[in-house]
Amino acid sequence: MADIEIPILTTTVEKMVQWARRSAIWPVTFGLACCAIEMMAMSCGRYDIARFGAEVFRGSPRQSDLMIVAGRLSRKMAPVLRRIYDQMPEPKWVISMGACASCGGVFDNYAIVQGVDQIVPIDVFVPGCPPRPEALIYGIVQLQRKIDKQRMSA
Amino acid sequence: MTDTTVLDTLRRAVPAASLEAGSATDMPTLYVDRDHIVDVCRVLRDAPSLQFALLVEVTSVDLLPAEPRFEVVYHLACLGEAYGHAPARRLRLKVRVTAADPRVSTVTSIYPGAGWPEREVYDLMGITFDGHADLRRILTPDDWQGHPLRKDYPVQVRKDAASWSPLQLTPEEFAANVRSAQMQADKAAGKK
Amino acid sequence: MTVNMGPQHPSTHGVLNIVLELDGETIVSADPTVGFLHTGIEKTAEQKKWQQIIPLVERMDYLGPQSNSLSFCLSVERLMGLEASMPDRVTYIRVLIAELQRLSSHLVWLGTHGMEIGAISVMMYCFREREQLLNLNEMLAGFRMFPSYIRIGGLREDLPRGFHEAVTEFLDKFPGKLDEYEKLLTKNQVWTKRTVGVGYLSKEETIAMGLVGPIARAVGVPYDVRKVFPYLKYETFDFKVPTATDGDVFARYTVKMEEMRQSVKLCREALSRISKTGVYDCGDYRYVPPPKDRVYTEMEALIQHFLLYSQGFNVPKGECYVPVEGPRGEHGFYIVSDGGNRPVRIKARAPSFFAVQGLSKLIIGGLIADVIAVIGSTDVVMGDVDR
Repeated sequence: MADIEIPILTTTVEKMVQWARRSAIWPVTFGLACCAIEMMAMSCGRYDIARFGAEVFRGSPRQSDLMIVAGRLSRKMAPVLRRIYDQMPEPKWVISMGACASCGGVFDNYAIVQGVDQIVPIDVFVPGCPPRPEALIYGIVQLQRKIDKQRMSA
Repeated sequence: MTDTTVLDTLRRAVPAASLEAGSATDMPTLYVDRDHIVDVCRVLRDAPSLQFALLVEVTSVDLLPAEPRFEVVYHLACLGEAYGHAPARRLRLKVRVTAADPRVSTVTSIYPGAGWPEREVYDLMGITFDGHADLRRILTPDDWQGHPLRKDYPVQVRKDAASWSPLQLTPEEFAANVRSAQMQADKAAGKK
Repeated sequence: MTVNMGPQHPSTHGVLNIVLELDGETIVSADPTVGFLHTGIEKTAEQKKWQQIIPLVERMDYLGPQSNSLSFCLSVERLMGLEASMPDRVTYIRVLIAELQRLSSHLVWLGTHGMEIGAISVMMYCFREREQLLNLNEMLAGFRMFPSYIRIGGLREDLPRGFHEAVTEFLDKFPGKLDEYEKLLTKNQVWTKRTVGVGYLSKEETIAMGLVGPIARAVGVPYDVRKVFPYLKYETFDFKVPTATDGDVFARYTVKMEEMRQSVKLCREALSRISKTGVYDCGDYRYVPPPKDRVYTEMEALIQHFLLYSQGFNVPKGECYVPVEGPRGEHGFYIVSDGGNRPVRIKARAPSFFAVQGLSKLIIGGLIADVIAVIGSTDVVMGDVDR
């Protein structure tokens, strides 16, 4: 009997922890280019992101859970991206917003990294140039569903 | 008419320069030789009838396979009533530069606003500016090889993006760092 | 002490890196580094046909994208000689779009500038107004930020139904909102304390550094490309160019607020000159695709459409530079063509590039908090700086 109770207890605690984690994802400001403007529009009155839990955009990566890479990543900026990602504490997630962050977008040339997943692991890709704020909100909701399904530990 | 006024004033003021008029649909164009570009710019800025106070842009064109390969292009503007009394007009100066010796004198002594545009020309096209105070790369990473906007540089470059890994120190190196920092702090405190 | 305002910073308007040398809290020297958003648009554009460059170019200054595509199209059209045959209706629609774009860009400027100085509610209000402008963009071409509506040879298609009413509705409400922002900010002691006397640059230095636009107008140089080198029949419109003499952050704020009011006036006048339906391109089918109903029924139109979209059109050999008055200053494209269907060289004259160059002069001697105010007032867009 005792053996059956322990997995149920862990599952409930796990579910609660994952619910807490996904309901209050705070992004770090990593707006690079045009997608950043749509990200700002998403955080403003019309497509309010605060109702989905992303209440504030933290300026410091050490206080945030989510990095939305919004915009084209140039080769000069790539080490900075990795550095900011490393400074975020676990658990952390990354959304690649827009075509340029996902795959290089319109700019297939010497200056743009063809896909941010060369540098950081990505959880959700949101296509668009720039994606509508509703598309980004859908991406965040998908991330929340992904977090719900994650296990806490191995 | 505007073209000849500017050309005549320049010919009188800088007789040593070799100037020739080019043709353009939108504004008068003058080809200046490399050695006299600074003098020509000084006359253009200071002469009371010309007063080209604004340097709009410094850029360059790669005309491979034509020779001379590069052209450094300066756009100047006289602002008219807004800043002076000369009539408002624009001018384009061009300096032909060969591929074997891609150097031009800087005009930052006349137009300080040319500092960064010349850095950009150096970075993207490889033309050096003699006398520039701070000629280093501006748009590409500092350790980039090559000059991207040249015609023989590929558009797509397939190489891994430079990432960043944290500094890895052994415990001995860390202790040595702490000790040397402590010694420096003690010295500074001792001096004060 | 050396402080690094890194490329990732909530208030640097994009990826700008400034290394500050401080003495206490006063700035002794500043060294901005740019290039963190370098996209190689100019190199990519050399591979594209002329009409394909317009979406690329719109993504340079991403706050006022249609002024980018407008200046590009004006340069190419002057080189091709299409300027004379452009119908008036197209010209006035372009004026309307350019001025609406100026409003949209200034709203983002005001919102982010206010938010960084501390007036967060201003950001919410400004973006609320901007949403209405983006709705107008969406009506035009289905795309909020980069409609690619202005094409070489005219416009992409005719104005949609209901456009006049939507624009009129917006223009009726907008001056009231501007009054609201002014009530919030102009006489606000916190605002004035943080902006008056901050970031001053003299007239001669401003012009010597190549800074034109609102920065120069705020220090007493009434240079506006629309008045001094008119394009798009601006000489037939009646508007004022606001100037100030103080040259500090507050002066730039007043200049831009007044510019917004003048833009509203220009929009109303342009709208009154535009008929609800009519011609929307220069009609020269060597450069402009024929209307879709003809493409589906006539063989020549189909061939023309196919040729234009597969191999593009040729632009005569030569070079051209036609600047426009963008929201940030003089913005233009220097285009070199060798007679083919691809450019030899495209160079964007970016006003923000010169603004960041002059930034070190503007912030030396001030406090760290003033850096934020000054960057906000110069309204730099890193996409324009780095291209």
